[in-house]
Amino acid sequence: MATETIAAGELADHGAAGPGMPQLDVSSFPNQIFWLLVTLVVIYFVLSRFALPRIGAVLAERAGTITNDIAAAEELRHRAREAEAAYDKALADARAEANKIVADTKAQIQADLDAEMEKADAQIAEKTAESQKAIDEIREGAARNVSEVARDVAREIVAAFGTEADAKTVDSAVDAKLGERA
Amino acid sequence: MATETVAAEGEGGLEFHPFDQFEIKPLFGEIGDPVSWYTITNATFWMALAAVCVVLLLVVGTRGRAVIPSRVQSAAELVYGFVYKMVEDVTGKEGLKYFPWIMTLFLFILFSNYLGLLPLAFTPTSHIAVTAVLALGVFIGVTVLGFVKNGMAFLGLFWMKEAPLFLRPIIAIIEVISYFVRPVSHSIRLAGNLVAGHAMIKVFAGFAAVAALSPLSVVAITAIYGLEVLVAGIQAYVFTILTCIYLKDALHPSH
Repeated sequence: MATETIAAGELADHGAAGPGMPQLDVSSFPNQIFWLLVTLVVIYFVLSRFALPRIGAVLAERAGTITNDIAAAEELRHRAREAEAAYDKALADARAEANKIVADTKAQIQADLDAEMEKADAQIAEKTAESQKAIDEIREGAARNVSEVARDVAREIVAAFGTEADAKTVDSAVDAKLGERA
Repeated sequence: MATETVAAEGEGGLEFHPFDQFEIKPLFGEIGDPVSWYTITNATFWMALAAVCVVLLLVVGTRGRAVIPSRVQSAAELVYGFVYKMVEDVTGKEGLKYFPWIMTLFLFILFSNYLGLLPLAFTPTSHIAVTAVLALGVFIGVTVLGFVKNGMAFLGLFWMKEAPLFLRPIIAIIEVISYFVRPVSHSIRLAGNLVAGHAMIKVFAGFAAVAALSPLSVVAITAIYGLEVLVAGIQAYVFTILTCIYLKDALHPSH
């Protein structure tokens, strides 16, 4: 009887470790199921109360940050483009202005130059006319002197020949000779 | 049993106890003490450890709430994003309400599987009692949800409108059977994969007792361990995505 009990006890002890799988040992099921449910409830509680909202919030915040940063970068790029366009425009305006000033100045200078030239030309012409007049006078004077000298010389020559020269005849003879030369 | 072991020892010193690792033992007190429903056992310990790992990864790891994450926070976000996307892709937007439940399942199975790969560890998910509760929980939850959301229209899941009329009753019978087989395959797939791998490692470890075989044994254990690392992750994924698919059936019973 005693040996039988011991044998039965040994068998029972070995029951779990016996040839069967411990997985099929129904006596351990309530224990496993109970602790499984406890574990699952704990994990679910931790996840739904703490972990998942927190991670969700972090991910949402990150997505928001990234979106904002991209939008800000886009905005900045837009502004940079605008600034560049404004700069280009200013540059073009400045260039046009400079060209205009250059052209105006050139025109002004040209006008001044033309006016001065005209004035100078007029002066030159005046001087030329004056000089011409002087030269003409001088020439005329010279011519008159020549004819006078020629008349005097002719009169003297005629006188030297001993005849009283008729003034009228001498004059006309000299004029005729001078006229031939002229 | 005793004589068998002795005989085995007598033959070549080979001892195989591939299933010893799955025994449920009280953590405190004598081995052989009765295991009642509240006893703290090795199963309790390793389940608790899985829960602790979940807390460490997802709560302690993310306590910085940094926009630029630390490594642990990055890993936590990776897991979150992975499961979130899975739920969203498979079940659609409506399924996201159940995301915490699915995340719970995934993390519990994932950590149980991986912690079970530590030497001398116990793997809660290698027990059909555990996986069956998980699978039945999913099955019952999804079925109740299907009827609550769709009423009797949920039965449309079994009534193929595309099939020819005379085939529909036959298909319906097959569909009903396959529906009720779901929790069985769902739970046995997970437990079976883990038991097979763990037991195989132990069997090869048993061969190490013979000097001539021990190098081969080490190589084989290494190879199977590598395989088990894959299996641990894949089975957690498979269990979770099947849960998502069942949930999708409950939310949208029309095919």
